[in-house]
This record gives sequence, structure tokens and C-alpha cells, in this order.
Amino acid sequence: MSAPAQTALARPQSGAALRAMLPWVLAALAALILPHVVPGGFGLSLLCRMGIAIVFALSFNMLLGQGGMLDFGHAVFLGLGGFLAMHAMKLADAGWWIPLPALPLVGAAGGLAVAILAGWVSTRRAGTAFAMITLGVAELVVAVVLLLPSVFGGEEGLSGDRSSGPPLLGVDFGTQIQAYYLIAAWAWAAALLMWLYTRTPLGRLANAIRDNPERVGFLGYDAARIRLLVFSLSGLFAGIAGGLAALNDEIVTAGNMSPEASSAVLVMTFIGGVGTFWGPVIGAVLITFLSVALSTVTDAWQLYSGLLFVAMVVWAPGGISGIILAHAPVVRAGFAGRLAPAYAAMLPGFFLALAGTLGLAELGFRLQSVRNGASPRPVFGMALDPQGVLPWVVAAILLLAGAWLLRRAAPAAREAWQEASVMAQVQ
Amino acid sequence: MEQLGLILLNGLVYGLLLFMLSVGLTLIFGMMGVLNLAHASFYMLGAFLAFTISIRLGFWAALIIVPVLVGLIGAVVERYGLRTVHKHGHLAELLFTFGLAFIIGEVVPLIWGRTPVPYRVPAALDFPLFSIAGNAYPAYRLFMMAVAIAMFLVLYLALARTRLGLVVRAALTHPDMVGMLGHDVPKVFTLVFGAGCALAGLAGVIAGNAFTTEPGMARSLGAIVFAIVVMGGLGSIWGALVASLLIGFVQTASISLDMPLGTALMHLGIPVNTAMLTDLWQITIARVAPVVPYVLLILVLALRPRGLMGTRSA
Repeated sequence: MSAPAQTALARPQSGAALRAMLPWVLAALAALILPHVVPGGFGLSLLCRMGIAIVFALSFNMLLGQGGMLDFGHAVFLGLGGFLAMHAMKLADAGWWIPLPALPLVGAAGGLAVAILAGWVSTRRAGTAFAMITLGVAELVVAVVLLLPSVFGGEEGLSGDRSSGPPLLGVDFGTQIQAYYLIAAWAWAAALLMWLYTRTPLGRLANAIRDNPERVGFLGYDAARIRLLVFSLSGLFAGIAGGLAALNDEIVTAGNMSPEASSAVLVMTFIGGVGTFWGPVIGAVLITFLSVALSTVTDAWQLYSGLLFVAMVVWAPGGISGIILAHAPVVRAGFAGRLAPAYAAMLPGFFLALAGTLGLAELGFRLQSVRNGASPRPVFGMALDPQGVLPWVVAAILLLAGAWLLRRAAPAAREAWQEASVMAQVQ
Repeated sequence: MEQLGLILLNGLVYGLLLFMLSVGLTLIFGMMGVLNLAHASFYMLGAFLAFTISIRLGFWAALIIVPVLVGLIGAVVERYGLRTVHKHGHLAELLFTFGLAFIIGEVVPLIWGRTPVPYRVPAALDFPLFSIAGNAYPAYRLFMMAVAIAMFLVLYLALARTRLGLVVRAALTHPDMVGMLGHDVPKVFTLVFGAGCALAGLAGVIAGNAFTTEPGMARSLGAIVFAIVVMGGLGSIWGALVASLLIGFVQTASISLDMPLGTALMHLGIPVNTAMLTDLWQITIARVAPVVPYVLLILVLALRPRGLMGTRSA
């Protein structure tokens, strides 16, 4: 870290500090207004899910994006934090004075404790070995949770009633809107703390061990210790998300910490973009929305999210926030118009390939339901017969033609972007 | 005593099966520095393809065709997928194979359904070979062992005695130098990746009918195999062999022990307070068997962070 950068960090200009806080003020305002804009109870519960997912994805990115640690068992901290918070909620039921807004703190304590234990084994290694150990630890924890029904409620999990605890200032959090404001406040505060953490020496050291652990070692720091600290903090914030999930759902099961839940947070964080602080927020909002909106329309949602993930890994490793960052200077310089024709030329191929992929996947799921004896739902309003050959051939041709068109149009688009971004820099 | 013999036999078969998967994974990791998270998915693909092909052409045809087919799929994945993301670094490669496992895990139930498929042991091998500890020992188990051992011999001879094996072993440690000497290293990578996937496919053919062929099989076995390669020391083939056999024996032994955990600990002289966590001490060792690989993983890593025979610090 260079000397000017250090002083800039230590003593930010008051104007710069205000500008840095602006997004946080706007986020708080948005969180206040959103429940009045979004229609219905469905929209409200979706907002609650998004708030929890944001905290969870941001805590995951403390490891993946900021520390270069790929954690395949991150949901374990969310799940155990949730179980501990649920036990606290049950104690509140039984008459203990535990106000509901404090439950995420209990979750945080649970997440932190488990992360210290798990991190003691896993953070001694980095890279691939670290990733595999987190996978093994997660399998172990989920198996143990199912073996101890007296503590974790077995397959059914634990459930409680969030409104039966002591009311705080006359609010018992029984309604969804009260729960929403509690979740929003916690999500906002947790996100702010995670952002402030990136400005601390520890946050900077996490970046350093991601980029060059050997050099950090020569500077006199113990990379494994830094990994353990970062891992524990990340577990703490995941535990907050777990506490929020417990009070939102009023039930915690082993499914909260399943490998599927761990995969989901990786997918949403990566699609949002691991290179920026705010990328995971985009991913959490988008994937939570899509998973709710699309899972009612199609059976193939999981497959689509997997395909989107792999497409991102191959073509846009910076995620959505990476795409935004790459285009912001071009747009600011007023060269967006130059990109438009080359980008528009990619659209036909994109839509053809999309239609082909969707067609193949939907036909596949229809074929399954026909085999199971159900009559197939129409594909995009068309009554297609999944047992016929023609629909499959058409879908495959669409996919191949789209891929061919994309391949042809891609070099021009890349060239147009390179040209525009160079011109934006010169200007 | 006969009981112990049965455990040893079953443990050996299971351990060899685990090694069939972990050896390909280790070879690929040693050479390309990327752990193929989709490896167990190729094993699953092998089992399902074997089911479909064995219906039409019989088991013996599947035994030959499926490994070739899975190997080809693996080679295509390496050539057109992994190689494109290689420029983004190891993390991107790991994430790519993770996404691939995710997609295969969704596509397999799309084609074959979500319930187990009736992939059966071939009639020619479906008979009890001998009786041990009051149990009839199936001949197919011995066939599995024979196939696994034959595979290792072929692999060992190919790596140790052929010119191609020499290039592969050299490319494991000095890929740049091998390239300078005029060998097409990317092609060697594709070949090794395809071969590793073919081994996983072969394991799927011979294990899919001994166990169950269902869409969850990749996930349940995959986590164990990844634990093995880390436990053995990433990149070490001998480490993978030792860890595979260790887990094979320990897990098989614990499945056959019907003793409660608390009683077992007391037999070992470890006092436990059975008044607390009563359900934990009541659990039989057999039910704890699934977590045994991960407990072993943590024990090994706590004592020796680089794994049993690991040399790489990374």
C-alpha cells in the first residue's frame, strides 16, 4: 500500500466522506419506501428474502471476492446461527426477556463460534485445499445436525413464534411489515459494517493475501491468521443473516445449511460480481427475484441459474457489476451511441440461442412429466408434443443458429467496446 | 474372525472404487492445478449411460463403450470449456467445474427422472461365489475388484513404461519445458482430462449396479472423493491410494458395528457423561458411518495440514 493511499484512507476529505455515505442514505430511503411501492404481501415477503440474501451474499464475498477464499459450505454459518437464534426465540416464548430485534445478535454469536472452529481446520490452507475442506466440514455439520434431533429437531427442524416474546416499545413484530422493517434495519447496518470493514487494515490485508500471500508473509504477517480472522468475521455476518432468516420464516431446518444453500449463495454472489463491494447486492436481489418469479413458471429454474452461472464464468468473470464497471466510463464520456449498433447486431443471435436453450430444457421437463403420466403444460403458450421429433429439432436448430450468429457478431462488439473505452480514456 | 474378513473384503472393494475416482482427480490436479469438481458427475453420467446402453446392447458392451463416451465428453469439456476460462486463473477454472457439476446434476434427472433407475448386475455375474460369516458373497464384488486392479495395472504401465506416459509425467512437473521440447502440452492436458473422466465413467459402470444409480449419487460420493484427495495430499497418487483404502476400510467397518456411540467410547476407556446429549450417545456407530470420511479428514489435517503425502504447500 503506497503512502498517499494510506493517508487518504486515514483522513478522508469531508466532501469525499459525504459522497461515500450518499449511497447508504439512498439505500436507507429506498428501504423505507419500497414496501409502499411493491404490491401485496407477496412483494413484502420477497423484499424480506432479498434483505436476508443481501447480508448473506455480502458476507460470502468477504471471503470470495475480497479474500480469495472459495467457501463451499457457507450456509453452515447461516444455518447454525439460525438454529441458535431459534433457541433464543423459544426461550423468549418461555418467558425469558429476549427482545426479538436482538435475535440476529444471537445468530451472529452462533455463526462466529462455528466459523472459528471450522476456520481453525480450513484456513491453515488456501486455494483449492481450503475450498475442499470447507466442503467436507459442511457435509460433517449437516450430518451431525440430522443425528441430533434433541438439539436441532431432526428432519422437521425447529419452529417458533416471533410475536410471543416480550414486545419492545409496544411492537411485537407479529405482522410482516414490522418484520420487514426489522430485517431492513439489520441488513442496512450489517452491510454498512461490512463496507466499513473493507476500509480497515484487516480488510486491506484480506485483499493482499488474495493477490500475493507470499509478499504478505515477507511483510511479517501470518497469512493463515489473517484468513482465520476474515473467515470468522464472515461467519459472524452469515450468522446475522441466519438470525434474520429464523425470525422471518419462524422455522429453521437442516435445509437452511444444505449444500444446495451453499451453492446458491456462491451462484448469486458470482453473478452479481465479486470484484466490487456492491456486486453481491445486485446478485442477491436479482437471483432472489428470479428464483421466486421463475420457479412458479418453469420447473427448469435451477438449470437456468446453473447455465447463467457458467456463462458468466466463461464470458463475464466480473459478473454484472464487472459489466457495469467496464461500460461506465464509456457511457459517461457519451460514447454509448457508438456501441449501440455493434451490440444490437448481437441481439438476434442472443435471442435465437436463448429460445433454443429454453426450448430444449422445457421440452425435456415436459417429456419427464409425460412419462410420469401427466399431460404436459404448453411451452410458451404453444401446445407442443415433447414425444415428437419436430419440436426438438427446431429447438436444436434455433440454438445452433443463435450460437453461430453470436460467434460472428462477437468480435465486432468487442472491438467497438475497446475502441470506445480507449476514446473515453483519452478524452 | 470371518466377520473381520468380510469387512476387509468389502472395505477393499469400496476403497478401490474410491481410488478409481480419486486417481483421475489427482492426475488432473497434478497436471493442470485444477480440481475437477464435476468429477463425480462424470461417475454418475457413466452409471446412467451404462444403464441405457446395457438395456440395448448388454452390460459387456456398456463396459467398453461408456468409458470411451464419458472420456470424449470430458475431452470436449476440457478443450472448449476449461481452456477458455484458463486465462482467468485457477479460481475461475474451479468455479467452471462447479457450474458444470451443477448443470449435470440438473440435466441427469431431466433425462432419466428423479428416481433411481433399475440398473442391474449382469446375469452372468449374479451368483454367490462363496459364503463368509454366514453371508453369501456376490461374485460381482470380486469382478469389481478385478476390474479396478486391472485398471490400475494398465494405468501404471501406461504412465511408467510408455513414451506418452513419460511426456505426461514430465508435464506434471515441468509443463513449460515439455512444451519447449516440442510436445503439444495443451493436447496432453486434454488427453489426461479425458482419461481421468473415462476412469470416473468406468467406475460408474461397475459401481452403478452394485449400489444405486440415482441423481443424488454424484453429490454423496463426490464429497467423499474430494475429502480423500485433500486427505491424501493434493496431487499425490500414493496419498490418494492410502486415503481411499483407509476410508474404504473405516467406513465399511463402522457400517457393520451396531454398537451405541456411548458404549463404544466407554469400551475404549473414554468416560462420557451420558446424561447430557442423550440422543448422541444412543446413536449406533453404523448411523455415524456417513460422517466418518469428514471426521478422518479433519483429524488428518489437524495433525498434518498438507495431507498424508502432500508436498505442495498450496
